[in-house]
Amino acid sequence: MKELALNILDLAQNSISARATLIELEVIEDTMSDFLKITLADNGCGMTEDQVKSVTDPFYTTRTTRKVGLGVPFFKMAAEMAGGSFSIESEVGKGTRLAATFGLSNVDRMPVGDMEGVVSDLIYMNPQINFTFRRRIDSKEFFLDTAELKEILGDVPLNSSEVFEWISGYLKEQLESIK
Amino acid sequence: MKSLEELQAIRDKARQNLNMRGDNHDNIRVVVGMATCGIAAGARPVLNAFVEAVSKRNLKNVSVTQTGCIGVCQYEPVVEIYSPEGEKVTYVKMTADKVAKIVTEHIVNGRVVEEYTIGAYTK
Repeated sequence: MKELALNILDLAQNSISARATLIELEVIEDTMSDFLKITLADNGCGMTEDQVKSVTDPFYTTRTTRKVGLGVPFFKMAAEMAGGSFSIESEVGKGTRLAATFGLSNVDRMPVGDMEGVVSDLIYMNPQINFTFRRRIDSKEFFLDTAELKEILGDVPLNSSEVFEWISGYLKEQLESIK
Repeated sequence: MKSLEELQAIRDKARQNLNMRGDNHDNIRVVVGMATCGIAAGARPVLNAFVEAVSKRNLKNVSVTQTGCIGVCQYEPVVEIYSPEGEKVTYVKMTADKVAKIVTEHIVNGRVVEEYTIGAYTK
């Protein structure tokens, strides 16, 4: 994987499989302190202590189709090779929270990539899940909460084509404006 | 700039369409494998191409969703298309370029694009 956005798309799939109804994503850049921090939290079924310990092991997976699980290990590796760190907390019945920091100017840091595209894809494919997305670059911030959009939309689904076009356009414009 | 007021206008327009549409019993499902293997192999551009095509052609009876690992990682990106009757066709080694043909031929006209299916690759 060449972009952090793709890692997020991959990791969000775990939250979806954990039957989360709320997924919260934060991508924060701080030039002064030279870090990039990504947090992904969900209210899904959570993991036991043993599972949390083994989830960064590439040879641990819950899938039944093969014996390796690389999603979390890839993300951890991406953080650590860019002078950052990775942490994961989880509680059965409560949810899971992943956090990774990266050296912002580190040459080995993967580009953030098309984060707005990934967020709009996730919203489109999972209209039943609420997403919040916070993107901060130094003092400028953008925040989206799909629960607010749903309130406006009422019975019109988030993934109807006109709405999807608006969401992806809105995300693009808003993120462009904080760059 | 796009605004939330604009979203309200979209809602009002979409409501009128919804009323005309009625129930969706003839739904075609496009399922894209989006596990680590799929994403690493390039599933995202494929997904985007489907979403765009479905939205552009205003195909109301088609839903695009993701799933985890389908189990044939060597053939990723993998896309499964379910007919309203629940029959499944599996397309493998997908690219964004192949999507247009699958949308026109399979989804709109009901003709499976045999050359892109898993059957054609495993021969």
